[in-house]
Amino acid sequence: MSLPGWQALRAELFPRIEVVTVALDVDPTFAHPFIDAAAPEHPSLVDSSHLLDEVLGFWNVPMAVWIDEDGVLVRPPEGAVVEESALRTMDTSGFPDGIREMMDEVKKIPGDPVAYRAAIVDWANNGSASRYALTPDEVIARSQPRPMDHARAAACFELGQELWHRGLPDAAVPWWREAHRLHNENWTYKRQAWTFVTSQPGQPPDLMQPPNDVYEGSWYADVVRLGGGEKYVNAPEL
Amino acid sequence: MIVEGLAVGTDEFAARTGWECKPQGLCKGDMCVPLPDGAQVDGVLSLDVVAERLRMPLVHDEEHHLWALGPESGGHALTTAVVPDITLPDRSGNPFSLSSLRGQKVLLVAWASW
Repeated sequence: MSLPGWQALRAELFPRIEVVTVALDVDPTFAHPFIDAAAPEHPSLVDSSHLLDEVLGFWNVPMAVWIDEDGVLVRPPEGAVVEESALRTMDTSGFPDGIREMMDEVKKIPGDPVAYRAAIVDWANNGSASRYALTPDEVIARSQPRPMDHARAAACFELGQELWHRGLPDAAVPWWREAHRLHNENWTYKRQAWTFVTSQPGQPPDLMQPPNDVYEGSWYADVVRLGGGEKYVNAPEL
Repeated sequence: MIVEGLAVGTDEFAARTGWECKPQGLCKGDMCVPLPDGAQVDGVLSLDVVAERLRMPLVHDEEHHLWALGPESGGHALTTAVVPDITLPDRSGNPFSLSSLRGQKVLLVAWASW
């Protein structure tokens, strides 16, 4: 998880910028150990209803938006990394085939943490005069298209969440499967549902998210089918 | 937006979707969509009519008597750059509103355990 990286950035830029981290986790207890370990000084919230997906259009993590002093977005949801992941430079040549192939896709995930971090610092220093701060029209135009199938997927996913929170996890499954079918590029819908069948209670989540008996697909198979790691997240256009 | 029936109060609808009921119809920002007669009576909206007008999907789980109203379709995920007043719990369960940070730049980062 990238919480320490955001915490370090906040230590550098506060109070010019406040960082707010939000865990998109239907079951908050999955997120709590990471928050406790990071002990962030900034607001660290838990979105167990995936409200940010629907309201702002997040479709994977980590993603971020920039909000100005008036509560107006100056950058839309986009892939957000501020520290280089060791996974990107790891020598995987000695790894078993399945692991190496997965890691090769991870290395293709777009993102330039140095450039993105510099852009945030520029915004902190220059505000609306920063060339990285977009106009409202640009923000809207750069947000994801939302055809009816995607809007319907959001409704299906929310219905599944409601049933899960009512203690009916089996009843959630068909709605989450339908959300996956309608908006297959949405990784939050898939990875959130998969984690309940690929991770064991009380154990760290299995980030490899292998094939399972409940839902179609798996992390690796879906990444490849949807165009490879390059398509996994929308990197900021800086 | 989860509901247990198709009659929804205008205040609840506005709080969840940002669409406010005004004399000219349902409005969000500068945009207003007229409603047909009977779609709003005494502060209560007919959700099926409103959903069709606003191009929002309405999904029904018959067994559990629940409906889910999805977001507007046909455009972009963002219909406005103004951030709604989002309130979420912190680690301890205390509610935190983004609006409490007005006057300050905010970097809002989504992450997950998975």
